[in-house]
Amino acid sequence: MNDIAQPRRKFSLQGKFRLEPRMEQPGWLSALISLGAVALALVLGGIVLLMVGGSPLRAYAFMLKAAFGNIGVFSDTLTKATPLILVSLAAVIAFRMRLWNIGAEGQFFAGAFGASAVVLTPILPADTSPWIMIPTMMLAGALAGGLWGFIPGFLKAHFNVNEIISSLMMNYIAVAWNNFFIFAIWSEGGFQMSPQFPKSAWLPRLADYSAQIPALRGLTTHLGLVFGILAAVVIWWILYRSKWGYEIRLIGDNPKAARYAGINIVRNTILVMMVSGALAGLGGMAEISGVVHRLQGAISPGYGFTGIIIAWLAKLNPLLVIPISVLFGGLILAGREIQPSGISMLIQGIILVCLIASDFLLRYRVRFIARLEEV
Amino acid sequence: MTTHSNAVEMRGITKRFPGVIASDKVDFTLQAGEIHALLGENGAGKSTLMNILTGLYRPDEGSITVHGKTVEFRSPKDAIAQGIGMVHQHFMLVPTQTVTENILLGLDEPRFRLNLSHYHAVISDLADQYGLHVDPKAKIWQLSVGEQQRVEILKTLYRGANVLIMDEPTAVLAPQEIDELFNTLRSMTKEGKSIVFISHKLDEVMAIADRITVMRKGKVSDANINVSETNKQALAHLMVGREVLFDLERISQEPGEVVLAVENLYAINDKGLPALRGLSLSVRAGEIIGLAGVAGNGQVELAEVITGMRQATQGVVRVGGQVVVGEGSPESKRWDPVRRIIDAGVSHIPEDRQHVGSSPNLSVTDNIIMKGYRQAPIARGWSIDRPIARSHAETLREDFNILVPTVDTHARLLSGGNLQRLILAREISSEPMLMIAMQPTRGLDVGAIESVQRLLLEQRLNGAAVLLVSEELEELIALSDRIYVIYEGEIMGETTRPDREEIGLMMTGTRQEDLGERGRQA
Repeated sequence: MNDIAQPRRKFSLQGKFRLEPRMEQPGWLSALISLGAVALALVLGGIVLLMVGGSPLRAYAFMLKAAFGNIGVFSDTLTKATPLILVSLAAVIAFRMRLWNIGAEGQFFAGAFGASAVVLTPILPADTSPWIMIPTMMLAGALAGGLWGFIPGFLKAHFNVNEIISSLMMNYIAVAWNNFFIFAIWSEGGFQMSPQFPKSAWLPRLADYSAQIPALRGLTTHLGLVFGILAAVVIWWILYRSKWGYEIRLIGDNPKAARYAGINIVRNTILVMMVSGALAGLGGMAEISGVVHRLQGAISPGYGFTGIIIAWLAKLNPLLVIPISVLFGGLILAGREIQPSGISMLIQGIILVCLIASDFLLRYRVRFIARLEEV
Repeated sequence: MTTHSNAVEMRGITKRFPGVIASDKVDFTLQAGEIHALLGENGAGKSTLMNILTGLYRPDEGSITVHGKTVEFRSPKDAIAQGIGMVHQHFMLVPTQTVTENILLGLDEPRFRLNLSHYHAVISDLADQYGLHVDPKAKIWQLSVGEQQRVEILKTLYRGANVLIMDEPTAVLAPQEIDELFNTLRSMTKEGKSIVFISHKLDEVMAIADRITVMRKGKVSDANINVSETNKQALAHLMVGREVLFDLERISQEPGEVVLAVENLYAINDKGLPALRGLSLSVRAGEIIGLAGVAGNGQVELAEVITGMRQATQGVVRVGGQVVVGEGSPESKRWDPVRRIIDAGVSHIPEDRQHVGSSPNLSVTDNIIMKGYRQAPIARGWSIDRPIARSHAETLREDFNILVPTVDTHARLLSGGNLQRLILAREISSEPMLMIAMQPTRGLDVGAIESVQRLLLEQRLNGAAVLLVSEELEELIALSDRIYVIYEGEIMGETTRPDREEIGLMMTGTRQEDLGERGRQA
């Protein structure tokens, strides 16, 4: 060996961040990362609140009280959660098949219109028994929403029209369509709203039973919540226990494999868009019949879009949709109580961005790789 | 003093990737003027080792000497400067440029003015020297795969490579092209070049290599074996770590009724060009029929038409006497043709395991019921009986030796061999009348290949008709009762007594009739 002294070498610590795909995505990790994302969103929202001169802690405490502080406001929260559950389920079933139905908002309006048409046309007279009136309105709402879903579904299935664009555009048509009716056809005394529905067309509320049980006085929660919970259970059963749900999951995960297994993708595309639309339509019916009791313009503060956020937060699990909808219902309610009211929208937006970003952490592990580098 | 007869010496090379040691204290010696085969299953660490030698990766530990000089490669450029070049499995050529342009690409010379005619001549000379016949003025897209490979070799030679690393060079070649490649490699060693030949194919390694180093699980299981002192069995043992049986027993049996009859079939490919041009063939019960051909000559389209995934433009496919494709097939708007054909008893092992044959984010159970979920007992009315589906999956996992922690594991976590066993389990458990097996052993390691081939032979014994499409001629010869050769969507001929030479000629477009003519003339 040679004994010539090596020149003194210099080293510096170098390193880089590397991403590695995760092999396993355990359930607890998913929950943990989602919770972390929401926590981060609240911190970021707090910073914004600080910047505009508010006190984040006080604001959050106030929001918590406004949404969950007592049985009365909690009941209001559940009322807000009801349409959210239904539109979120609409998003869940479509997204499961990787059909990006962005049109739940329009389908919600279409459902409200369909239900209203039963009362206002009138298809059924005002003195019809609620036992006939309510189911007819539900059916009409679901059908109208289903039709609104059918159109982008059909275009996607047969002409490969991008459903994101078409379902989004259908939203504007639905709103304009409703406006036409409340301005021109069904308007009451020049106001931009329809006359109030007869009592037979109202979904029963908890407050309706306050004569028997005084504790229920003033509680706004209505039967629509039960529809929402039942629908969540049914959608869960469809997705995880039925043949059709298996087809939906297979198409969603790998359409080529679905084709190979002999599954009719065209028919399923149309069907899933229709069911998705029908769920959102039922949401519109529940809101009209359970809360507003008339057809008017401002029936949705963007439920259809919030539903998309909830569906993702719930990782497309129909049962998880329920608690998350309740949380978002509370957020919407609290937003009305604090000024400026845009705060809750802002927090919703931050939550969504954080969640989408956090999905990355679920799929990849970030590592710092250090090494010595000669300089 | 180190021996200068060694072109490359790698000592104690260790490379860790997160969670795995891809290369564990590996020693590798390449003598000047030899062809040294690096043999191992997929994931054994062959590519990692060679990527270290070409400067793509840096080793965590260990040293490399080239012609007696210790080197440290920071990038592939450093490796090329030391005369080490690699021909990758996937070619890196610009299709719209000429051979010469591709070879000069990225070099410092010529600097500005491209004196093409001068370089055409230089490259032409270089090509002649090694018998790498290719027209320097031809555009890459006009060349066959074999010729493109020659361009890749010329590229490394032009850059002054003394050590050539060939990564699975025969995977894309027809038998004649393989012979030509081997001649080229031999002529290169005569000129003093040294070659590392990466492969997992034992026959080829035995045919071309001087010495062999076998790797398994990141370690060298045996180094510098002289080819004359070993045999396939011993090498397979070193590769797999256990005994592998090569002589698959194909018990002779009388074939039964014709199960698959393809008559005058025409179809177009995804680009709208003719893929099948009047193709006819038949498979009887209890027969394995091989379809030989270079990839991309209509094999995929044929399988797709037979399974209903692609429309035929003309012609008829009969399964068990019933027309399933073409004129006379049952008009059923409600059911997909794919589903109708599955129900007719046709199972299909698709070429693309990951993207067609399985659903990555669904569980093993869900992947196993992919075709059976519509029928009892897995289906019960509108619902799927989860406990029955699960126990069915459990049974198949046992029977077919699918190695997964649980049947709830996502399919994407399965290794290639396990995934293929899952697909075979699914396709075989339906007791098909006809099985279309596309490249069923491609990319699998020796142990898995053996188990897949066994399963196919079992199907034959059970009376199923099997159409086997493969690019491995050895496999087709070992398994098939009869072999058809496909070229550009047409059958060139069929043979029951396969002859490599003859099949090779048909694979490159010579009709069997013309072969006979030539034979008689000679």
